[in-house]
Order: sequence, then structure tokens, then C-alpha cells
Amino acid sequence: MLDFDFSFLTPETFEAMGRGMLVSLQVASTALVVGLIWGTILAMMRLSSIRVVSLLAAAYVNFFRSIPLAMVLLTFYLVVPQVLKSLLPSGTTMDTRLMSALVGFALFESAYYAEIMRAGIQSVPKGQMSAACALGMRPLQALRLIILPQAFKNMMPLLLTQLIVLFQDTSLVYVISLADFFTSAEGIGERDGRIEEMMIIAGLVYFVICFAASRAVKHISHKQGHQS
Amino acid sequence: MGYQWTWSVFLQPANGRETYLDWLLAGMWTTVQMGTLGWVIAFILGSALGVMRTVPNRFLSGVAVTYVEIVRNVPLIVQLFLWYYVVPKLLPDTWRGSLFAQPPATTAFLTATIGLGVFTAARFCEQVRAGIESLPTGLRNAALSMGFTLPQAYRYVLLPVSYRLIVPPMTSEILSIFKNSSIAATVGVLELFARARQLNDYTARGYESFIAVILCYFAINAVVMIIMSVVERKTRLPGFMGSRS
Repeated sequence: MLDFDFSFLTPETFEAMGRGMLVSLQVASTALVVGLIWGTILAMMRLSSIRVVSLLAAAYVNFFRSIPLAMVLLTFYLVVPQVLKSLLPSGTTMDTRLMSALVGFALFESAYYAEIMRAGIQSVPKGQMSAACALGMRPLQALRLIILPQAFKNMMPLLLTQLIVLFQDTSLVYVISLADFFTSAEGIGERDGRIEEMMIIAGLVYFVICFAASRAVKHISHKQGHQS
Repeated sequence: MGYQWTWSVFLQPANGRETYLDWLLAGMWTTVQMGTLGWVIAFILGSALGVMRTVPNRFLSGVAVTYVEIVRNVPLIVQLFLWYYVVPKLLPDTWRGSLFAQPPATTAFLTATIGLGVFTAARFCEQVRAGIESLPTGLRNAALSMGFTLPQAYRYVLLPVSYRLIVPPMTSEILSIFKNSSIAATVGVLELFARARQLNDYTARGYESFIAVILCYFAINAVVMIIMSVVERKTRLPGFMGSRS
């Protein structure tokens, strides 16, 4: 019944998985940076008093939130290479798989970060904006210097939790066969006929990383709770 | 854009018996089945776990916490692979025999649906717990002092009230389970997302196939939201924020 055998693992296997992990981290960090910036912009657009702007932002967020990530990744894999081909001078070689994963993933995660940041901005008391304007700040200045720093601080635990979810979601680049950690592990398992063992290893690695990270998040938000 | 849209591609025969439209609808039906069955598992298991986390028993809450931590910290795709490849190995021989006696598509569907339900249960457990913990302690004490046993207090007072409080997060969880079911395509379930790839490969009409599949996901979302808004209206507790009375 339990006949798992881990003797097939070689240094070369670990090296391939390590390279895969670097790709996972690259996708996750790109999505984090782009997602935070674009998500914050979207959140501000959504709260804008100009109707067209807020409707556009709402449409964007709802669109990406109602289709699965796998679908987004596959669609971008189909579309982005063609767009890139027409933009770049012919003959440029580039990893279109990685490129489309980065773009698709970042745009998708932005929708989720936008919702968190919207809640964050709304959690700042209205008086803060009035006070900033009363001090002579222009609305955008007030947003940048007064509202957003407080919104980020309030939402820090949620933003970090979303980062853990995002890291787990990077495993979905499997659907476009980008060699991230999961896809590498699965590939090695298929090749060596050891898919069961490789999946257990992959699960353990993800668990250790995400569990440690979620403990750290808990610690940070606990400390923050004591300060305020 | 110089693209020639050919929507009639869906009416062309895919094989002897079916058109491409039939493929699309078959995929949508599988997605609906998976999401619904998975949600039934998630609802029952998640409620049990949520109750376990709140009862005054360290062993039971420890079991529930361990479950939630494990399931939430491993990506769903890894879990579905584990359910598909590893779990059948751990089953007793007779069970494994009857599982593999099924057609391969059924085996994949069953393991993926269970995996999806187990995954969503961990998330729903946290919502049930939050719902129960948000109730005033007086409610539990009142029930107990009326002569209810603890299981009765949960069954008749605490759970019904907290379900009615957590309808909004429950709605987004149901929406997630339908979206997450797309990952089952990776273990060979022919649901909506798998059909998108298939349609793209067979018809070479990528844009049309993907737009059609995205519209199907929109339709599922819309139906869930309509149903849940009725549920929310019917079950809203009077006297709380968001209720009209």
C-alpha cells in the first residue's frame, strides 16, 4: 500500500526545482509590485466622483474577479505573444511564456488588490481628507501624503495574506507549461514515473513556506494591533 | 482590427454526433456539477469544522486548526494532484478497485470534486467560526440555561443564526468554488476550462472559443449571485446592520 520511494532524487532534480522556485518567486514579486501600484490606482478610480472613471474601474475589477485565473493565463498566453510580435522589431527573441504569465498574472491580481485598497481607503476617516485640504493640500497631494499611507497601514495584514494566496496561485502557470516550481516538480515526477512522491515533496515545500509566512503575518498584525 | 469573426464555428460538427456548441455546454454542465457537489461537501465539512473550532474542547479545536492550516497553505493544484495520484494509493484494496473500475473521466471527476470540497471546507470553516464568534455570548448562555444541551444549542440556536449572518461571504465562497473548479482540468476533468483549450485546438478559433467560455463563466456567476441575493433577502436577520427593519 505505502510503497513510496524517494531514492530517485538526485542533485540535478533539486537544482531543477530550485530554478523553478526562482521563476515562481519572479512571477509572484512582479504581480505584487504591479498589483499594488495598479490596484491602488484602480481603487482610487473606483472611488472617484467622475462616473465614467469609477464605472471603468468597477468593470475591470468585476471582469477579472469573475473568471478563473487559469482562464486568464491561457487567454494572455494566446494574445500577448501576438501583440508583442507587432510591437517589437522582428527578430527579437523573448520568452513569451514567461512574459504572458507575468502580464496576465499581474493584471489579474491587481483586481484583488484594488478591492483591498478600496476598503483601506474607505477605512480612513473622512475628516483626514478635509483636514489635509484645509491645510492647503491639493486633493491628489492629500491622497498621496495623508490617505494612502494610512490605508496601507490599516490593510497591511490583508495585503500580506493576499501575498501568500498570490504565491500559491503562481502554481497555476502550469496550464501554460511555464517551468515554475510546481511545473518542474510535476515534470520530473512524470519523467521518472514518481509523480506521487514529487507531489508530496511539492506540497511539503509549499506548506513550509506558506505556513511560515502566515505565522509571520499573524505576528506582524498582532504587533500592529498593540501599537494602535 | 482585421480579424474575421466566425461565430458560426460553434454550429459545425465536432465529431459524428456533436457540434462544438455541444462541447461547450457539456463543459459548462460539468463545471456546474463539480461546483455544486463540491459546495455540498464544503458546506457540511466546513460547518462541522467551524463548530469544532468554537467548542470548549482543546482536542477538537486542535484537529480543526490543523486541518485548516494544512489545507490553506498548500496550493489547490497540488492538492488535486495529491487526491488524484496519492490518495487512491492509500485506500483499502477493495475501494481502490471499485474506484478504478469506473471510466477514467469519472475517477478524475470524483477525486477532483472531493479535493475541491475539502479545500473549500477549510475556507468555509473560518467563516462559520467567525459567524459563531460574532454572536453575543449571552445567546449561548441563554440557550444552555433554557435546558438545551451544548449540541442542541448549536443545532437550534447558534448555527442557524450564524448561517444567516454569513450569507455575504458565503456567496463569494460559492463564486470561488466555481472558478476554482477550472483547476480540475489539470487532472483530466473535461470541464469548461478544459473545453476552452479543446475548442481552441480543434477549431483554431482562439478568440471565439475563449470569449464563449468567458461568457459561460459570467453566466454561472450571474446565476449564483441572483440565487444568493434571494437567499440573503429571505434569511436576513431583523435588527442587524443591513436589515430593513
